Amino acid sequence: MAPDLEAIAEQVFVALADPTRRAILAALATDGPSTATDLAARLPITRQAIAKHLALMADAGLITPEPGERRRVRYRLRSAPVQVAQQFLAALANDWDNRLDALQTHLATP
Amino acid sequence: MASQFPDRIERTVTLSRPPRDVWQALTTADGLSAWFGEQASIDLRPGGAATMTFAGGMTVDMRVERVEEPAVFAYTWRLPDLPDDDPRRTYVEFTLEPDGDGTLLRVVETGFAQLPVETRRESYDSHSEGWTRELAELAAHVDGA
Repeated sequence: MAPDLEAIAEQVFVALADPTRRAILAALATDGPSTATDLAARLPITRQAIAKHLALMADAGLITPEPGERRRVRYRLRSAPVQVAQQFLAALANDWDNRLDALQTHLATP
Repeated sequence: MASQFPDRIERTVTLSRPPRDVWQALTTADGLSAWFGEQASIDLRPGGAATMTFAGGMTVDMRVERVEEPAVFAYTWRLPDLPDDDPRRTYVEFTLEPDGDGTLLRVVETGFAQLPVETRRESYDSHSEGWTRELAELAAHVDGA
């Protein structure tokens, strides 16, 4: 299972490393499922560029296409890959070094 | 490629006090609030509830798992960045060994690479509105780095 987690986390970090994809993901998080046209109206990015990034992120499983109004495809965030990435970050942020320094200091205090 | 996903954190420190003093620091509300959190509460028995409030006001619920005075103390808690309704928890185990006049303390935290939510994808997607704040925070974190 672990190699799968690794691959999933990597896809999230790759997606978030690009400012355009961050903007698209943030827009989907803020406003909910959206079409490429919706996103082009909200972001200073061409619809063609948005469509390219949406296809890439759908392939990576970060967003999922679904039928919208007037036969337009809407994209919805998938939270599962982000949760995997959060677990990776949680291990990095889990600061036992400073906690144990504090314990040593506490026990050294008479 | 071998997985780089961290599942386990392990640290060993030498402390100047004997295990009975370290035990007090690990397993009492007064002890825990002196070095770990700002405030703590603990029902010291397997299955007992404990809480830790950190600077900034975040409170984490913990569950006491092992109480073998003065050698082993263990609890589980939620990953701090996961939402309240996420069932995944990591397991933290402290092992105390006498070391001269002091204590050799080992802490092991495991469970970071738990299998997540693929199998529960539908139920998670149905709650996706609740996750938007978390992603925004992650994105802001990466942006700010």
